[in-house]
Amino acid sequence: MTTDSQRVNTSPHVSDEIRKTTCYMCACRCGINVHLRNDADGKPKIRYIEGNRDHPINKGVLCAKGSAGIMQHYSPARLKSPMKRIGERGEGKFEEISWDEALELATSWLKPIREKNPKKLAFFTGRDQSQSLTGWWAQNFGTPNFAAHGGFCSVNMAAGGIYTFGGAFWEFGAPDWGKTELFMIFGVAEDHDSNPIKLGLSKLKSRGKKIIGVNPVRTGYNAIADEWVGITPGTDGLFVLSIVHELLKAGRIDVDYLIRYTNAPWLVIDDPDAKDHGLFLRDKDGNAQVLDRKTGKTVAYNAKGVKPDLQGEVNLKNGRKAVPSFTLLANKYLDDRYTPENVAEETGVPASQTRRIAAEIAHAAFEKEVIIDQPWTDMKGERHEKMIGRPVAFHAMRGISAHSNGFQTCRSIHLLQILIGSIDSPGGFRFKPPYPRPVSAQPAPHGGNIPNTPLKGPQLGFMRGPEGLLLEEDGVTPQRIDKAFSWDAPMSSHGLMHMVIANAHARDPYGIDVLFMYMANMSWNSSMNSSGVMKMLTDKDENGEYIIPKLIYSDAYSSEMVAFADLILPDTTYLERHDAISALDRPISEPEALCDAIRWPVIEPDRDVRGFQSVLLDLGARLGLPAMTNEDGTPKFKDYADYIQNHERKPGVGPLLGWRGKDGSKTGRGEPNPNQIDTYIKNGGFSETHVPAEALYFKHANAAWQNWAIEMGLQDAPVENVFQLYLEPMRKFQLCAEGKAEPQPPETHRERILNCFDPLPSWYPPFEGASIDLSQFPYHALTQRPAAMYHSWGSQNAWLRQIHGHNPMFIPGEICDEVGLKDDDWAYIISHHGKIKVPVKRMNAVNGKTLWTWNAIGKRKGAWALSAKAPETEKGFLLNHIINELLPPKGDGHRWSNSDPITGQAAWFDLRVRVEKAPAEDEVSQPQVDAQNNPVGTPDQTVEYGKEWTK
Amino acid sequence: MTLLPAQTNKKLGLVIDLDVCVGCHACVVNCKEWNTGGYGAPLGDVDAYGDNPSGAWLNRIHTFEVTPDDAPAQIVHFPKSCLHCEDAPCVTVCPTGASYKRSEDGIVLVDESMCIGCSLCAWACPYGAREMDPVENVMKKCTLCVDRIYNDNIPEIDRTPACVRTCPANARHFGDFADPNSNVSTMTRERGGYDLMPEMGTKPVNQYLPPRKKSRPEETTEIAPAFVPKAGEGLLGWLDRALEKLG
Repeated sequence: MTTDSQRVNTSPHVSDEIRKTTCYMCACRCGINVHLRNDADGKPKIRYIEGNRDHPINKGVLCAKGSAGIMQHYSPARLKSPMKRIGERGEGKFEEISWDEALELATSWLKPIREKNPKKLAFFTGRDQSQSLTGWWAQNFGTPNFAAHGGFCSVNMAAGGIYTFGGAFWEFGAPDWGKTELFMIFGVAEDHDSNPIKLGLSKLKSRGKKIIGVNPVRTGYNAIADEWVGITPGTDGLFVLSIVHELLKAGRIDVDYLIRYTNAPWLVIDDPDAKDHGLFLRDKDGNAQVLDRKTGKTVAYNAKGVKPDLQGEVNLKNGRKAVPSFTLLANKYLDDRYTPENVAEETGVPASQTRRIAAEIAHAAFEKEVIIDQPWTDMKGERHEKMIGRPVAFHAMRGISAHSNGFQTCRSIHLLQILIGSIDSPGGFRFKPPYPRPVSAQPAPHGGNIPNTPLKGPQLGFMRGPEGLLLEEDGVTPQRIDKAFSWDAPMSSHGLMHMVIANAHARDPYGIDVLFMYMANMSWNSSMNSSGVMKMLTDKDENGEYIIPKLIYSDAYSSEMVAFADLILPDTTYLERHDAISALDRPISEPEALCDAIRWPVIEPDRDVRGFQSVLLDLGARLGLPAMTNEDGTPKFKDYADYIQNHERKPGVGPLLGWRGKDGSKTGRGEPNPNQIDTYIKNGGFSETHVPAEALYFKHANAAWQNWAIEMGLQDAPVENVFQLYLEPMRKFQLCAEGKAEPQPPETHRERILNCFDPLPSWYPPFEGASIDLSQFPYHALTQRPAAMYHSWGSQNAWLRQIHGHNPMFIPGEICDEVGLKDDDWAYIISHHGKIKVPVKRMNAVNGKTLWTWNAIGKRKGAWALSAKAPETEKGFLLNHIINELLPPKGDGHRWSNSDPITGQAAWFDLRVRVEKAPAEDEVSQPQVDAQNNPVGTPDQTVEYGKEWTK
Repeated sequence: MTLLPAQTNKKLGLVIDLDVCVGCHACVVNCKEWNTGGYGAPLGDVDAYGDNPSGAWLNRIHTFEVTPDDAPAQIVHFPKSCLHCEDAPCVTVCPTGASYKRSEDGIVLVDESMCIGCSLCAWACPYGAREMDPVENVMKKCTLCVDRIYNDNIPEIDRTPACVRTCPANARHFGDFADPNSNVSTMTRERGGYDLMPEMGTKPVNQYLPPRKKSRPEETTEIAPAFVPKAGEGLLGWLDRALEKLG
């Protein structure tokens, strides 16, 4: 008889080889072990993908997307060859062409632009994370028109953080999971940062620490939070400022921290009619002045031995006065406007809850301080025997970001963190190397449009004040096609991706010749107003020519955007390519280690495709871009791998930090190493260099950190980083709007700048709601990305679509009852811009005024190699159709973009709607867009992956 | 009719922590990925790019909305796979002996060479934890990664079910419930782990840990002021004293 143990082989062969690379199924960039095993023909095939246990980001775990990488890699929707359009735009009819023909065609379109009028090229990339290369390419081309996905996604978080304290949520900082006592997470669906947040939440749970979720929807992380604040969308800033009110009133702030690390003591000029009213009082060297408590005199903030006051008033010459910025701050937030009772109706948060959370924050910060026995020395030379922390940590993302008040809301959250002394203190929110990096250490944005000439600096950066705006000589017309860094969005550090097509179509400020995009599904889920964008891409002028004349697009998959391209440059999958996850861009560091990583072809492409970055370098050489071409005209780089290994941004500093120097013995700075990529591969695909113990906290003021950052090539000199609670550049824009300073904004913009550019974090109602009749559109509607498909540009695959194949509209029970809706009914969701028809699902664990759905599940017929009646097209839908990229007209003739007025961030969560019951009819969502042709063929419908290895 | 072992030497199973499961589906997909190339027939998918895609999965997450009497509605994510019951009705109902419970560790398996695809076991399972493969027509179920946990070809640290190894929230734990001092026994004891549907009398080995108590909006706590206010000093009176304290 067979025993149980003989009935199954418990030690089967798993794989022939394990190759370690970096995942790309979302923006998280986890380390993965790709198990390869030969198939029946002896060719290596992916057997299994698991998390890499040694990797700093995911420590071995892997999410649903990463685990579905096999299906993504072998997706039948993969593009196979370069293609040239032969039908009309949008139809998706193509003929396959050779790479040579494709690249010559692109060159023939781009070369004349560079020779005559470089700005006629708009080059916008998606979520590609290779912006240090793509931006450098665009800079070499000489067009001012470059940006990526950030303006659509989360520039408010990046800009709000960097302007305030030289860091930001997610990529440039992380909660101190191991030491915090209280954690608050604002506006985060199951997104940025995917696995590290789950690992962190788990750590908090095992430590028994409280998690508070602030989100209109109680799913995902908010479902497991110990407390849920079901906030009304767009009011988080008001809620946070009410907590600030409570803390100030009770004196529960870290005064020592404010004096040491912030501009709270800096004196602000109070002289209402003067052109410097509201600016900092400075000495002739430009140093901000403070009031010294010992002497009662004004001295430079950095004078030796100064004991700055936080309140009081200084009399200056000619009857002028100045007060510490903290006094302005305290007076502002102590106002009754911010009492928990007075914000309760707008925020939907009961006063008792706001008040209690303020008390819990104060208790954690001041009664449970964390003390680490580690001496350190600050940048002024003062030695501290211990590191003392305020263990309250915050994280925030899209729900804060995607509102027209997002920049100020993000600043409000940072204000709260700084008031309690928790930025980069033990248990608080920690910088991730290469950050901290305040505005003074960031580039300024560069414009320009000189034939055959590179720009003098990068297109994107941090605006210091009105004098730096990128305007034409008339002082009004934007230089850039997206109107970034103009009066429309003066501090738009990531550009306005969502306005490129609309502005090019309206020829406002001008028309373009070529639109060149990478990994950006702009005709579908990565745009506002998807239906409108499709029309803009296909509209023709009076001569029958497309208004946007040429469109080059690179993607790995047969996405919706492919159908609108004139020329397709097919990209590889993430397992077939080289990449650098670089400190020049957005590295994968954790607070205690400087890290970067690579991707490499762990499996060879079986199609005529090329990694886009290699193609871009090839194109650069064909165009003769100086940085990509040798003196004899030959290409400087063979491919992207060659660039990753040999490019130097400045001597000794290149895309990768690890194993530099000819023999690979140097870290951070060092000559290129011909074996660098091989060494990364041997070491699991990443490098990790630990921050010295003395430099682990208070990096913004820590001498040991500064020395180490210089040694690593992250900076060339010490960088002073005084947290800017009072943000002077904002006041400078207000002074222009008040008519007191040059340049002058257009009349149309004055009021908005006065109202929104408060130098102290402030709250104003989101624009869309403020510009329409709310009785017609009483509810909010928003989207979340599901954890299993979050930020996964190629999330369309055989396994994940079984989990999220269509998306209902989740509608609060009260609204269902009012409108007469039940599960599986159909409803119209109507905004000021349009109407969609959607399937209904009742839900109660949600803010009572807020409808929501999963984002980017809906697909256009014919896209992604799906069948014509796939649930993604029949029942899936996009909310994007009813979100306009423009605000309702004000009658002033200006096309006001639906964006944050400061950063230009797309304000898609400002959407207001009403709900009506719809007839079920054919049970198909509306609008339905005509099918696009499928250029990749119909796939086999039966999948038995791995059959050759099973018994 | 197939017999269960009188007792098993070990009781291997999972602890699933509902307090941390965020419903991300990492376990679901990693399970499919491992098992489609592993034990038994692949986990097939039909109409994979079509109108009605479906496939075999060994682990699924169910999401419920619950509304407690005294608190706002909340969402619970509930991962579910075979619970490797001590009194497994899926085994005793099997007409061919294909379904069996291993005497050495208690894992319930299907010997696919003997499975006739009659589905009686799936009907007998009160948890709906078995799925018929839509392509091969054999019964599929969680194997507790029997081809990982003893596998000499993978590092010792990885000899754990794929769902446990991959879970980003650390909501899944693997161990021997027969050992009172094991990680899973300790966790179950300390956190009040419970049987799923004990009334069915199947004695499931897998245990679920309940979510911990949540705060309610109306609970109150007053902020403790840093300084007791003095009469007439105004709202910012404490600031002078705070600054004095700094020296």
